[in-house]
Amino acid sequence: MSLLSVQNLQQHFPVRGGLLRRSVASCKAVDGVSFTLGAGETLGLVGESGCGKTTLGKAIVRLLKPTSGKIEFDGQDITHSGIGALRPMRRHVQMIFQDPAESLNPRHTVRDILEEPFIVQKMGTKDERRKWVLDLLDKVGLPATATDRFPFEFSGGQRQRIGIARAIALKPKLIVCDEPVSALDVSVQSQVLNLLLDLQREMGLSYLFIAHGLSVVKHMSDRVAVMYLGKIVEMAPAEELYHHPRHAYTRALLDAIPVPDPAKRRKRELLQGDVPSPINPPAGCAFGHRMRHPNWEQSVGMDLTLKEVTPGHWVQPCPCCTK
Amino acid sequence: MISPILQVENLVTAFDTDAGRMTAVDGISFEVPSGKTLGIVGESGCGKSVTAFSITRLLPEPHGKILGGSIRFDGRDLAALPVEEMQKIRGNYISMIFQEPMTALNPVQTVGRQLAEAILLHTECSKAEVLARSIDMMKKVRIPAPEQRLNEYPHQLSGGMRQRVMIAMALINKPKLLIADEPTTALDVTVQAQILELIADLQQEMGMSVILITHDLGVIAEVCDEVAVMYAGRIVEKASVFDLFAHPRHAYTQGLLESIPRLDSKPKTLLKAIPGNVPSIADFKPGCRFAERSGREHTEAHLNTRPPFVEIAPNHWVENCPICVA
Repeated sequence: MSLLSVQNLQQHFPVRGGLLRRSVASCKAVDGVSFTLGAGETLGLVGESGCGKTTLGKAIVRLLKPTSGKIEFDGQDITHSGIGALRPMRRHVQMIFQDPAESLNPRHTVRDILEEPFIVQKMGTKDERRKWVLDLLDKVGLPATATDRFPFEFSGGQRQRIGIARAIALKPKLIVCDEPVSALDVSVQSQVLNLLLDLQREMGLSYLFIAHGLSVVKHMSDRVAVMYLGKIVEMAPAEELYHHPRHAYTRALLDAIPVPDPAKRRKRELLQGDVPSPINPPAGCAFGHRMRHPNWEQSVGMDLTLKEVTPGHWVQPCPCCTK
Repeated sequence: MISPILQVENLVTAFDTDAGRMTAVDGISFEVPSGKTLGIVGESGCGKSVTAFSITRLLPEPHGKILGGSIRFDGRDLAALPVEEMQKIRGNYISMIFQEPMTALNPVQTVGRQLAEAILLHTECSKAEVLARSIDMMKKVRIPAPEQRLNEYPHQLSGGMRQRVMIAMALINKPKLLIADEPTTALDVTVQAQILELIADLQQEMGMSVILITHDLGVIAEVCDEVAVMYAGRIVEKASVFDLFAHPRHAYTQGLLESIPRLDSKPKTLLKAIPGNVPSIADFKPGCRFAERSGREHTEAHLNTRPPFVEIAPNHWVENCPICVA
């Protein structure tokens, strides 16, 4: 059985306008997403800004109330659970954010930050908790002297290690990593990626790894889902997706990545236009619409639920973008 | 060898702070060959943006100062030029585009007005001419419906469109040198590819030279002819792009190239990481600055004397620390 199962999840936000701030439209940030995630597995989630990947991550850890659909964690339906009912679940589902400078309280010492999860869950005595904090620091490669210091005293990479220590404090089963390295220096990114890989092996963690860089996502993931305008358009094992992309958007993303080898320069087929707004998205296949594909109209009104084309390789079956 | 359009020699730029004088750029030398693209790659705090601001003389006064060296452009030394002279060059012969177009554009003026300002600062021409040149330039940067876009404000445009407007403003006076400071970092990959290609196409068309500043080795590999790798205020290695990626000589360059995840690497394998953190400017050492992260034993002498910058192979320069360049 899978650890996390998401079925037809929708997360819409009202767009308010006019004198009375009535809801005039809805922003379909996540619009019918389904996937499963197994224990110890990493699912990469890649897409451009505004595609809904962060919203999806927040909905899964239930920082948001989903509009419709179903989220099952460890066999339990958590889609509409209230705060009290969610508390035991929160132990097992944690999140790492993009910018550790913004996600760590600047007025709290590292000890306060790392002790808090235990206090919230009413675990341990004061002395026990202090010992656990030291264990955590050791695990993420920070010195014990860090405890009495404040987040601003650390570099970006070290701060992200504090964020990771907080996330693993309660020995969770699933961590949603939202762009965990994009704010870091290149030479520090690989350290943090290695730490995440090590911790996963050691603790049997599952990751939902969200990022916009396909090379990082591919490196970290067992399977990768490609998101475009609130929907997953393709999902496959990492190598398979890279070698046999089926959806035109996946191919465009792969093609757009700058390759760090000047010997492999190539003429690319550039995508035109920008990612459209998720407010009133086009009917049918959104990417076919952006590409003005001649077959796009056929996709309107079609059932675009992902289809399994080869074992484990799912793709949106539209007549415009899918080969 | 193509004659250089810009020659920077032993440039030293420092900032006066409460904690004393901080040397952000510590004696660097490079040149930009005419019509070519020089990439400057490095991590935060390495001095790559300060280098750009030194060349354009946009350092925040009075704290930021060029303390030494020369910046030769078109037979003149920009480092010693009076402000009024510099204003004639900036935006006319040398232009700059920035990372975040939303903060670089004026939010309360239309695109058209901002473009017109760039023209009128350097040339006298009629309203009709300004309009014609603006529309022409908007077409060149491939903005659809340019007449309509001229009347819009920056917030009405998408990130990619804003960067196109920035490029249009920078290139409207046909500069000889364009300095692009992380022009695509804030953009999505598919838009990044569009913008990089646009810059390359316009470079061909207008015959200008480009300095491209980025932290992304992928971007460097895709578009640059020459590359300078900066670390902690100095250039540690400089070579043609093919040479640098095929035969990196300095331990830092090698470490950077090995540490990035690649599309063809095996998923979920450990990367070869560079240990430690990027040093902060207050901790810069006189000698080899990469010593403590190199994982190689340095003697006291290596830490205290600056390694010479030498041409180790034809057109391949390196800061020749005997330990980091093995």
